[in-house]
Amino acid sequence: MSVLVYIEHADGSVKKNSLEAVSYAKALSDKQGEGEVIAVALGSVAQEELVKVGHAGASKVVHVNDEKLNAGIIQAHSEALAQVYGKVGAKTLILAKSSLGDAVAARLAVKLNAGLVSNVVELPVTASGYKVKRSIYTGKAFAETIVNKEHKILAVKKNAVDLKTDGSDAAVETVTLDIHAENFATKITSTDKAKGDVLLPEADIVVSGGRGMKGPENWGMIEDLAKELGAATGCSKPVSDIGWRPHHEHVGQTGVKVAPSLYIAVGISGAIQHLAGVNSSKCIVVINKDADAPFFKAADYGIVGDAFEVLPKLTEAVKALK
Amino acid sequence: MKILVCITHVPDTTSKIQFTENNTKFDKNGVQFIIGPYDDYALARAVELKEQLGASLTVLNVGEAETEPTLRKALAIGADDAIRINAFPKDSLFVANQIAAIAKQNNYDLIMMGRESIDFNGGMVHGMVGEMLGIPSISPVMKLEIDGDTVKMAREIEGGKEYLEAKLPLIAGCQEPIAEWKIPNMRGIMSARTKPLQVLEPVSDETATNVTTYQLPPAKGAVKLIDKDNVAELVKLLKNEAKVL
Repeated sequence: MSVLVYIEHADGSVKKNSLEAVSYAKALSDKQGEGEVIAVALGSVAQEELVKVGHAGASKVVHVNDEKLNAGIIQAHSEALAQVYGKVGAKTLILAKSSLGDAVAARLAVKLNAGLVSNVVELPVTASGYKVKRSIYTGKAFAETIVNKEHKILAVKKNAVDLKTDGSDAAVETVTLDIHAENFATKITSTDKAKGDVLLPEADIVVSGGRGMKGPENWGMIEDLAKELGAATGCSKPVSDIGWRPHHEHVGQTGVKVAPSLYIAVGISGAIQHLAGVNSSKCIVVINKDADAPFFKAADYGIVGDAFEVLPKLTEAVKALK
Repeated sequence: MKILVCITHVPDTTSKIQFTENNTKFDKNGVQFIIGPYDDYALARAVELKEQLGASLTVLNVGEAETEPTLRKALAIGADDAIRINAFPKDSLFVANQIAAIAKQNNYDLIMMGRESIDFNGGMVHGMVGEMLGIPSISPVMKLEIDGDTVKMAREIEGGKEYLEAKLPLIAGCQEPIAEWKIPNMRGIMSARTKPLQVLEPVSDETATNVTTYQLPPAKGAVKLIDKDNVAELVKLLKNEAKVL
């Protein structure tokens, strides 16, 4: 018996959220005696990157070193995972929630006749049935969910467990799979990706700006603070609607949902739809000149003041800390 | 060309979420229900495609009788006919089984829905139906154009987008900015009253999960305000008290 973990990588570097999923699987296995934690990586990834997956808790990595799998083609990845799942005799598949992971997990649930739970926030409890806690209503509530299938797939939300870093190196086994050509029928023609920045959905710290920033020309201040903190930048819906910032930075109910350790909101009033996108953050800081802004009610720390005065000071204070 | 749009019937985004009967049921009291915002984007794009390609457009919901006003609204926005599967949507697998059964009977070229519902946020139904039908499932789709039997799409990925091409038939989980939401006009509302709405019974009762109880997040403590002239204090608190720096 074993727990399989789907590892995603960006151009060959394993994603941090996938490493968290490995740590989740390890904690699950330790708690429930589900056997070995085996990670699976699809496409071209350097051997030394894969060995490191062991530090997060995997004892073995199955590497399907097929460059056709470098692109995240949903059907091809689903089939590859289903084959590896069968080969290693797993009973549970763990993955980090992501754009590709979500799409792949749903197809796999049907292929494996497995019970899939998404937005998982804690380890399962198995005293009476296999019970998993997941986030629902866009973070406004939780549901204790019983999985009534023998095979389970859990799509884990960021920060569900702490990332483990003290494991041993993993043994890497390279395998070749025969994947049906029809599952490569969808063609990815190009990608258009922000370069060099910290990616918003995966960031540990996020600095977001709202209409209170008064215009796109003032975003340098947000970026300066983000750079100093190693943070990603986000924005409210009105800001992406007017085109001050690109759509993929829109944080909220219908945009990106983030779950960083620290969320700093500058000049955002805190509409309920925006809060829905940030309510899984560990700590929220709100900077707004309107002391009655509803966002302060959802914040841990707040500064009532003009963003244009407070932001540079905050950036300096963070610099001084280092 | 036949298009199916699957919609959810969900609490308005501004709703206060509460539970009742010992936290085993959603409290509908005072809650307004809407077409899921992501489904609304899918529907808006489908109406554009219908006009552009002369397609037929069916809208489907798995839900009890109370969801009919939501289906009528979709008809007012521009769908030709509606199907309601008369059952409480127990879980994603349950819903996917119903949609797949209807799709098998009717051979739709394109099936669209939101990337996820805003109540349970699973985002699984499109992928499940795609696998059940053996056709591509693409999500979250932010742009969708049809050129003959080829579908050109942009899909959101972490920090950007990916452009793809696939052949019909396929299923897409949609999100903004695929199209602008459409508000029904008077003519649409009048004609929606007489458009066909078929009620069918579920074909399968299979589920993979069931919810035992609901919980609300713990109440947030009061915000700690820091003077705007003492910003360094905030950094100190974030480091030593919140331990997030």
